[in-house]
Amino acid sequence: MDRAYIINLGPLEDIAIGQGRCFIVKDTEVAVFRLRDGSVAAIENQCPHRKGPLAEGIIDQQFVVCPLHGHKFDLETGQGEGGECVRVFNTWIEHGNIYMQFSPYVFIDGKITAGTNNN
Amino acid sequence: MKKLVVIGNGMAGARVVEEILARDAQAFEIVMFGAEPYGNYNRILLSNILNQTQQPAEIFMNTLSWYQENNIRLHAGVKAVEIDRKNKKVAGIRLSKEDAPYGTKIVNTASAEIIEEDYDYVILATGSRPFVPPFAGADLPGVFVFRTIDDCDGIAAYAKNCRKAAVIGGGLLGLEAARGLMTHDVEVTVIEAGPQLMQMQLDSESGDILRRTMEGMGVRVLTGSLTAQITERDGKVGGLLFKDGSALETDMVVISAGIRPITEIAQVSHIDVNRGIVCDDQMRTSDPEIFAVGECVEHREKLYGLVEPIWEQARVLADVITEKNPDAAYEGSRTGTKLKVMGVELVSMGQTDPDQPDDEVLVYRNPNRGIYKKLLVRDERILGAILLGDAEFSDTLMQFFMNEKELPENRSEVLFASVEGTTLLAAADLPDGAQICNCNGVCKKTIVDCIENDGATSVAAVGAKTKAGKGCGSCRGLIAQLIESAVGEVQYDASEHYYVPGVPLEKSQLIREIRDRKIKSVSEVFAQLCGGREHVDSKVGLASLLKTVWPKEYEDERDARFINDRVHANIQKDGTFSVVPRIYGGVTSAEDLLRIANAAVKYNVKMVKFTGGQRIDLLGVKKEDLPGIWKDIGIPSGHAYTKAFRTCKSCVGTDFCRFGLGDSISLSQKIEIRYQGMECPHKVKMAVTGCPRNCAEAYVKDVGVVAIEGDRWELYIGGAAGSIIRKGDLMCTVDDEVAVIKYVDRFLQYYREHAKYLERTYGFVERIGVDVLKGILIEDSLGICAQLEERMQEAVEAYRDPWAEADVPAYINQFQGPQLVEVVREVNNNG
Repeated sequence: MDRAYIINLGPLEDIAIGQGRCFIVKDTEVAVFRLRDGSVAAIENQCPHRKGPLAEGIIDQQFVVCPLHGHKFDLETGQGEGGECVRVFNTWIEHGNIYMQFSPYVFIDGKITAGTNNN
Repeated sequence: MKKLVVIGNGMAGARVVEEILARDAQAFEIVMFGAEPYGNYNRILLSNILNQTQQPAEIFMNTLSWYQENNIRLHAGVKAVEIDRKNKKVAGIRLSKEDAPYGTKIVNTASAEIIEEDYDYVILATGSRPFVPPFAGADLPGVFVFRTIDDCDGIAAYAKNCRKAAVIGGGLLGLEAARGLMTHDVEVTVIEAGPQLMQMQLDSESGDILRRTMEGMGVRVLTGSLTAQITERDGKVGGLLFKDGSALETDMVVISAGIRPITEIAQVSHIDVNRGIVCDDQMRTSDPEIFAVGECVEHREKLYGLVEPIWEQARVLADVITEKNPDAAYEGSRTGTKLKVMGVELVSMGQTDPDQPDDEVLVYRNPNRGIYKKLLVRDERILGAILLGDAEFSDTLMQFFMNEKELPENRSEVLFASVEGTTLLAAADLPDGAQICNCNGVCKKTIVDCIENDGATSVAAVGAKTKAGKGCGSCRGLIAQLIESAVGEVQYDASEHYYVPGVPLEKSQLIREIRDRKIKSVSEVFAQLCGGREHVDSKVGLASLLKTVWPKEYEDERDARFINDRVHANIQKDGTFSVVPRIYGGVTSAEDLLRIANAAVKYNVKMVKFTGGQRIDLLGVKKEDLPGIWKDIGIPSGHAYTKAFRTCKSCVGTDFCRFGLGDSISLSQKIEIRYQGMECPHKVKMAVTGCPRNCAEAYVKDVGVVAIEGDRWELYIGGAAGSIIRKGDLMCTVDDEVAVIKYVDRFLQYYREHAKYLERTYGFVERIGVDVLKGILIEDSLGICAQLEERMQEAVEAYRDPWAEADVPAYINQFQGPQLVEVVREVNNNG
């Protein structure tokens, strides 16, 4: 069991359609994307390859591509095509604002995925 | 197990073996004789080897390992010479290097190694050899035929030391040879004995149009010229002498005067031979244990030289010999040809001229654009057709012809697009035996079986299993229709031919769809052409293309752009950006430099660097500082980030330089102002240099302009000095700046409309061929230059400086950096 934090990332409209923005949450950079279907996805901002800012990447409904060297990650699972992966975070929308649950560890398929967090 | 000996390892021999293996891999022990020392290759693509757009490895159909994997013993480089029918043995001789595989004589019979194989069955697939008319001098060094990979190598090597080449024979192969030779920097003359080019496929009017088109591309054409002899100069080819007494100087000769079946082995083995080896409908020769297939065959008094009928013969033969269908019968073929001659599309089927008074003849002419369409109709069915210069609807036409389907009452529907764009021909309505892929001879039933039984649901998957659609690709639409009618939906695999991986269309098809459907945004492309599914790797390429197609009306969706083009700066490894102001022609002023310097200090720029394009790069700028620094600098964007026109470098030209021949600064500034920010398939760098000393490095730019003596300018295209170094090709020499701009307009716009995404001009120029480009862009052989200039002008007028977004951001938080956020509350996380 672990502590987790609920964070208000502000209005959905503050992110341009189909693009991402970088938020700093408890010293961790999180890339938050507003998908074209109206949904939201949040993943760790730093590409594990060379720390490229994933929030500046191009997305579709499933993937983001790192702007520096083209590494591709699944927005839902964080899985990268080259085997590396990034952490993903739960998000939801309440009264037009994007909320996110941030925890030092995330659970994927019942396993703890530590990612590159500081804890 | 019975033993099968296949004589001949060309396309027909290998194909029949594949067909047999597909029916029953255990039926025979298979041995093959092949006179060429290779596996089997696609002879249709030989001209690509000659013009070096493909490597030999790319045209091999079955590599040597394929023979091993299928337990086939291949005697490569061994020519079968006799069948001992009494003792049921085939004898072959190993050829030495001096022997032509298709030659009639073997050089070293005395010392040659003899190889014998006994057999139960033999298949003769000996093919044909080039016909060399018996004129004097045909054996001189510098005389070539055009039939094998080795011939291509020989021609290419010899052409290096030649200025002029002559091709004897103006048929399909002769023109292919001419196309290949053009890429070797020789002046090519095609010599045809008959009154017109491509007599088998064209009537005299279309022959004339093709001739003019070819001449526009720089090929000389002589018709009605009967060669008397090849003349000698210094022990090798020096020229041609014609029967009318005229002469032509040439350094080399390629003879392409038709082909003749290779039948010697059948003759010495006492098998019936007429013009070819005579076969019945089961592809049996006069000996029931010996079959034949391919160009060596004479069937119902006809010989075939195209792949489709030969594939059909191979299927019948395989059905019969494996006893899967002993009654299978080959009943002859209706053949059509579809090809590109030096970039000109040509489709021909059936007769070229009517021969009965009631035959209907429909002709459409647009000679200025090199387009000619002719349809011959008898009994409501196609008797023959010619499409030259525009083969867009040839698929449909070919299906009507081959399946002898009744034509619609309004004949123009099969020659032109119907207004509603409806599909005239439903693939589902075709008979099972209808050939869908004419390149690889795949019939409808094979494709439907593959979809229904093997679960192939994409055009590429069908291609992987059946080879359908893997030739020219024009049948891919029909394959997709078959998939759709069988399983409801077509799946698409990324294919290298697509403009972008997520939209299953080649660039020209995609542009057509975008224009026809008036698609103006990237999301609309996905909605209309991809069933609503976005594709991350396709967005940037689509955005660039849409901007090219609709310079003014394009609906910009910023999420489809790369970050550099969202914020008009180049992202660096640490997430900061570089800022490069426009400095036209590399000429700046003290005032501009002061503003740049002050801005660099104010925004704490980490490095100030002169670029290779004669500009100043300010590195390490934060995203949130971009609007501020642009405003302080007060100069438009230098576009050092987009796949677009970048800079036009110049030398000091005539103002100060004592060598200068032309005003390079003034011209380079005009060029840079005209094309600034112009989206292209890849970046485009230019230069204008004031004399051939080339201080501005114009010879190695995508477009380079060089001033020469006599107040003239040379225009070079396709140069590069990055990871690839290439000197540009001289496109033309002109008298003034206006003409320079005119030809740069045409070249750039053609590149924008026809290059693949991320294809630099050096690759594009090599792929299309500089001579073909000259034909299109200077001679206006396609009649499109006026449109190219018009569309370029429209793109120029649509340009806006993106740094104006400093005052009015294009979207919310465009220039915001990372934002710090606070925790609302803490919770227990149970996973």
